Amino acid sequence: MYGIGVLKGMWVTLVHFIQTFVDDIKWAGKRYYTPEGIAHRSSKDTKGIFTVQYPEEKLPVPEEFRYIPILLQEEDEHGNLHDRCTSCGICAKVCPPQCIWIVRTEDPVTKRPVPEPVDFFIDVDICMNCGYCAEYCPFDAIKMDHDYELATFDRHVQNIYNKEKLSKPVSYYAKIRPTNYAREEALRAAEAAKKVEAAAAKAAPAS
Amino acid sequence: MTEQTATAPAPAAEPTELEKRFPGAVKRDARPGYEGYVVEAGKLREVATAIRDEMGYDYLSSVTAVDYFSDAPNANNFIEVVYHLYKSTGGGSLVYKVQVPRDNSVVPSLVDIYPGADFQEREAWDLYGVKFDGHPDLRRILMWEGFNGHPMRKDWKEPYFEEELKPFKNRWPEGQVYRIEDHNPFGRNVKYPAGFDPEGFRESADPALYDSLERAARAYSEDIDTEQVVVNLGPQHPSTHGVFRMAVRLDGETIVALKPVMGYLHRNHEQIGERNTWIMNMPFTDRLDYLSSMSNNFGYALAVEKLMGEKAAPPERAQYIRVIMAELTRISNHLWAIGFLLNDLGAFFTPALYAITERELILDIFEATTGSRMMCNYFRFGGVARDFPAGQLDKIKDLVRERLPRKIDELDLYLTQNELVRSRGENVGVITPEEAIAYSTAGPVLRASGVPYDIRRADPYGIYDRFDFDVAVRYHGDVYDRYMIRLDEMRQSLHILEQAVKQIPEGEIMTGKNPYQVRVPAGESYGRVEGPKGELGYYVVSNGKANPYRYHVRAPSFINLTILEKMCVGSKVADAVVNLGSIDIVLGEVDR
Repeated sequence: MYGIGVLKGMWVTLVHFIQTFVDDIKWAGKRYYTPEGIAHRSSKDTKGIFTVQYPEEKLPVPEEFRYIPILLQEEDEHGNLHDRCTSCGICAKVCPPQCIWIVRTEDPVTKRPVPEPVDFFIDVDICMNCGYCAEYCPFDAIKMDHDYELATFDRHVQNIYNKEKLSKPVSYYAKIRPTNYAREEALRAAEAAKKVEAAAAKAAPAS
Repeated sequence: MTEQTATAPAPAAEPTELEKRFPGAVKRDARPGYEGYVVEAGKLREVATAIRDEMGYDYLSSVTAVDYFSDAPNANNFIEVVYHLYKSTGGGSLVYKVQVPRDNSVVPSLVDIYPGADFQEREAWDLYGVKFDGHPDLRRILMWEGFNGHPMRKDWKEPYFEEELKPFKNRWPEGQVYRIEDHNPFGRNVKYPAGFDPEGFRESADPALYDSLERAARAYSEDIDTEQVVVNLGPQHPSTHGVFRMAVRLDGETIVALKPVMGYLHRNHEQIGERNTWIMNMPFTDRLDYLSSMSNNFGYALAVEKLMGEKAAPPERAQYIRVIMAELTRISNHLWAIGFLLNDLGAFFTPALYAITERELILDIFEATTGSRMMCNYFRFGGVARDFPAGQLDKIKDLVRERLPRKIDELDLYLTQNELVRSRGENVGVITPEEAIAYSTAGPVLRASGVPYDIRRADPYGIYDRFDFDVAVRYHGDVYDRYMIRLDEMRQSLHILEQAVKQIPEGEIMTGKNPYQVRVPAGESYGRVEGPKGELGYYVVSNGKANPYRYHVRAPSFINLTILEKMCVGSKVADAVVNLGSIDIVLGEVDR
């Protein structure tokens, strides 16, 4: 009979409509504005309303999520911050849209290049969030941030980030990407242990 | 083999059938790393006809040009037009090339032998200035009529030109930060041709377009003499899926002629790609068909890995991850396509939003694994960027085994038998199998016309030869079948996914060290994958340096549009929108 298909289709929408209320009642008001509710809405069992009320509610970003790069700084025992960056330039060379500029300097006395960059610029208008700089940095000095709320009023003034704006302590990185951080620290520790061992092996036959 | 032939610069192999048939006019391409034949321009049409009719290479996959240019004195400069052909019954490729001088590049057109060459020849004319002798409508296609120069030529410079190749010197080692616009402000950044007067400029793009429409309309005759009107659908219109424009000539409500106009989103992706280093192109491919970035990555990785050889063969686990990601991409793309096809039919957004919900769940997996929902940038030469984080594979299993099959069935129940969908879709925009092959359509459009051609089966890549799946095919070639085939393909993708998540082994995800600069041996290669929209091919030429010498994308959305006019002529103007929706285009890929 003509029209059966349309009715069947409308039945599907009706089921969706009713499910919305059933699910809301089941959760007794906890479905919205709670972390569990948000997690449920992006799980495989979600029914009913799917959307998230941004900015009141925010979806948690997964650890691998990448946005604008950040530069990591290590704190020594006196509370001074040191860049992990050694100005090797790999990030500037691999950057697809070429949005990284690194200003280097040399020691005024010895005339040798200083590893830490004087300044470090990223034009975040040009940055395409590809994550190559973080992926190819051999010193774990540049990483991708999770902060995605970057709207500004004037791109000419505010959107070329300098070193001050890009730098974040290592502890911040450890907070946003715990498993990556743990893995990298383990690798760095192993590397350091190897170096110590090699040095010891070198020293042993001499004595 | 005797000593003499072994020391000869090009070992003269046994002449093939084709060389015997056309002695002197067809020669083997002897450059190291190259394949196929070089055909003399004068004999091209004859050779092409023989190859199509006698050897069975009936599917013209890609036509493109390469500018071999060096400003060194006495350099051998020429433009080469490259043709890639396949058999619609499956198997490997046949490649032939035509070499013509740069200052007088005329090549006979193949449009009447392969109608699918139409837009591709127009593109080669537009970007390389190759004149196709005998082409019925040789206008620019991505740039506008009246544009000065041919932007893909190696001696052409863009308005904000900085340097020939990346990385740019002011980034490294100089580190001088500035915006290129400040050094090269608008107005002073363009070069006018000699004797050009901006005041006297007369726009010539639209007159040329309407002329072309009128020529196309001449074939149409009616008993009663009626006045035909020209209507522009788009470029700013929701039904065109982006900035796409169809200029149609109407007799009453019947379409007499239709010309697609595109290029509003053109950014010369290929030129950007030739400035980039090899690895830099990967995130740029994401931006082609931004709904299925993983498939784009896949094609480009395949093309480059082919050139790099054994040392870039991905390990087992990476191969499985690639298949899983590519198939999830196909499902999310088809969900989107069905949703928006129904939008075009007038079912405003309810089916689209039901479909997008499922797509969101797939994008969640992409985000957790690759770091981004749409611009995934996930594949590397010789593997993938990173492994699944803990728990993601289980999430994929849950989706594939429980949720997606149920939801696809629901979509089926919701739409398939709907009388309105059927009456708007059945017998609308019919493409016969012969037309579908001749016009080089690909993917769901080709298979909905009864041609079971799927690259995953016809010319398997990656590890697709290990999976058990059916090539979805439907036989009416109308809009309704193009909707049905997408449902079928999603089910087949789920079937592949089920096998892949079961079989995926533990292990490495990358061969070698993932260096930031790869060494690619000189040569050419054509990597193609069965993307969600059809055959997505990358033609790359390397000269052994850090940047690709030629980087061409065979975009399925773009080439599938060649048949749009054929589909629409004679039907009502309301069906044009539906026909376009059933092709499923993404303008990022059409305009490149």
